[in-house]
Amino acid sequence: MSAVVDLDAAMFEGLCRLGDSTLVLGHRVSEWCGHAPVLEEDIALANTALDLIGQTQMWLGLAGEVEGRGRTADALAFHRDVWEFRNLLLVERPNGDFGHTLMRQFLFDAWHQPMLAGLAQSQDARVAEIAEKAGKEVAYHLERSADLVIRLGDGSDESHARMQDALDMLWPYTGEMMVPDATDIALAEAGIMPDLTGLRGTWDALVRDVLAEATLVIPDGSFMHKGGKQGQHSEHLGHMLAIMQFLPRAYPDATW
Amino acid sequence: MYAQMVTSEATQDDPEKLAAFQARIDAGEKIEPKDWMPEGYRKTLIRQIGQHAHSEIVGQLPEGNWITRAPTLERKAILLAKVQDEAGHGLYLYCAAETLGVSRDELTEALLAGKMKYSSIFNYPTLTWADIGAVGWLVDGAAIMNQVPLQRTSFGPYSRAMIRICKEESFHQRQGFDIMRKMATGTEAQRRMAQDALNRFWYPSLMMFGPSDKDSVHSAQSMRWKIKMNTNDELRQKFVDQTVPQAEYLGLTVPDPDLRWNAEKGGYDFSEPDWTEFFEVLKGNGPCNAERLAARQKAWDDGAWVREGLMAHAAKRAAAPLAAE
Amino acid sequence: MSAEWPLWEIFIRGQHGLNHRHVGSLHAPDAEMAMRHARDVYTRRNEGVSIWVVPSVAITASSPSDKGPMFEPSQDKVYRHPSFFDIPDEIGHM
Repeated sequence: MSAVVDLDAAMFEGLCRLGDSTLVLGHRVSEWCGHAPVLEEDIALANTALDLIGQTQMWLGLAGEVEGRGRTADALAFHRDVWEFRNLLLVERPNGDFGHTLMRQFLFDAWHQPMLAGLAQSQDARVAEIAEKAGKEVAYHLERSADLVIRLGDGSDESHARMQDALDMLWPYTGEMMVPDATDIALAEAGIMPDLTGLRGTWDALVRDVLAEATLVIPDGSFMHKGGKQGQHSEHLGHMLAIMQFLPRAYPDATW
Repeated sequence: MYAQMVTSEATQDDPEKLAAFQARIDAGEKIEPKDWMPEGYRKTLIRQIGQHAHSEIVGQLPEGNWITRAPTLERKAILLAKVQDEAGHGLYLYCAAETLGVSRDELTEALLAGKMKYSSIFNYPTLTWADIGAVGWLVDGAAIMNQVPLQRTSFGPYSRAMIRICKEESFHQRQGFDIMRKMATGTEAQRRMAQDALNRFWYPSLMMFGPSDKDSVHSAQSMRWKIKMNTNDELRQKFVDQTVPQAEYLGLTVPDPDLRWNAEKGGYDFSEPDWTEFFEVLKGNGPCNAERLAARQKAWDDGAWVREGLMAHAAKRAAAPLAAE
Repeated sequence: MSAEWPLWEIFIRGQHGLNHRHVGSLHAPDAEMAMRHARDVYTRRNEGVSIWVVPSVAITASSPSDKGPMFEPSQDKVYRHPSFFDIPDEIGHM
């Protein structure tokens, strides 16, 4: 009996992790709109952001359904505070220059794609269906971000230096994605979500190949930040939410 | 409109060629990039299409200002898709201009150097969420007035770009009106925001059509060449006639005490905007001119290493098969 | 100032079985990126099932001054069109 309740709670948590990560990354990428290095990339970035926002609606929508307290995707996105957010630390990193934005996207996409492939095999049909749709979008995100990382890494001296800097800065935020906690383990055991440790091999191989082709060097040191999935964030997320949630918070009676 | 006060270039070409050219236009033929054209036609078009393209790109900024603050996930997606469309429209128009022998980078640099203009409207700030409704409803509404007839313009690439743009833009004005409707029928605060947005955007929207050009030599030439399809006053009148009933439907008040229906002319009489303000905005003294250009300049400067880096890589790839042999 | 990205012409097949149609142009450093840009710029509304990208400089266009000799000779070859021939009604569709 209690196992059922726990699994629902774990599932809500797991779905928030997915939906919050796509929400926060989608928001970050949308900040570029109108400011990208060239029109073609401006449009491409907006496509990525639109995919991620769409995925957010699906994941958080399902999270609200599983929770069963009548919260919609919007309620979850706009009416939770920073400590209730479950996104990965990686995606809340500020945009920085275009190189940082791309490197963050690539490191995330390289995890996101095998993660969605695993989720598409979920015992829960609703999860599998969302993952199936998102998987097609993310396959393209990965193709694009990997190629651009290679091109800019192995581009001019300046683009190489900037991409190496981005990699050095972002690398310590990549560990969290593949380290399961009790929630992840419970969901994996129930066949709802994939075993995160199993993603490590795919992620490592892909990231190493792409970075090698990009002539970029993976930083030394094994230290990894963690805590995003458990609601312990950097200072950046609070500022992002202050902007993102301003309207629904300032006018709680309004509909839009 | 998006292209305001475009001065047409005087033309000093062979009168016989000019007459034949005019005959083609009068017969409704499209002029294509490789066809002979008067130098004045070419230069006027570069200026007009360039200004139109710049307006799309600078126009991303006031609406982009609210993408991160859109109040629901759906509104965020819709607004992002819309502002993305503006980038696409800028791209199509730059490409149309490029067929006339000027590059996108040259046009961009002319914009940043203050040598080319963009529409005055984008120098006004978007202060509340209702402004995003007002921009879609009024600004896109005014733009469409001009763009629909421009689908029939004489220059082929411009005409085709406008056809594509009009097809894509059809949802833009509706999304703006939809926001306004939600606001106007919402809480007291939302209603006040909606009225405030209309108050601030009404006259700047009327200015979009440019000052009266009944007697303008430039306009007459552009109209003969079919690169301008209607006079500014015609379009402004049409816009007012279309918009006033929509405002009434929303229960909002157009901020013009002299606005009234004139049965005789079958249209509204309305007050002229403050043309002094318009010319100040064009000169660079609008509320947001400095911010808008600074944002474009920053994107251009910050993006230089990306554009160069990607070119450098493409050059390496192109050289690679040769090196391997 | 860096060299500007070259211009590409984009052709899209809207549906299976149709010809590719010219839809516009864009800038890209090479063919592969032109392809991705074409996808991002010109198929935002589900417009295509296949894309061609061609460097604009690779296109050879007919010259407008040749218009007469190029196209007018085919105008009087009316027998190439089925409407040239009278078929008796009782024969039915042919």
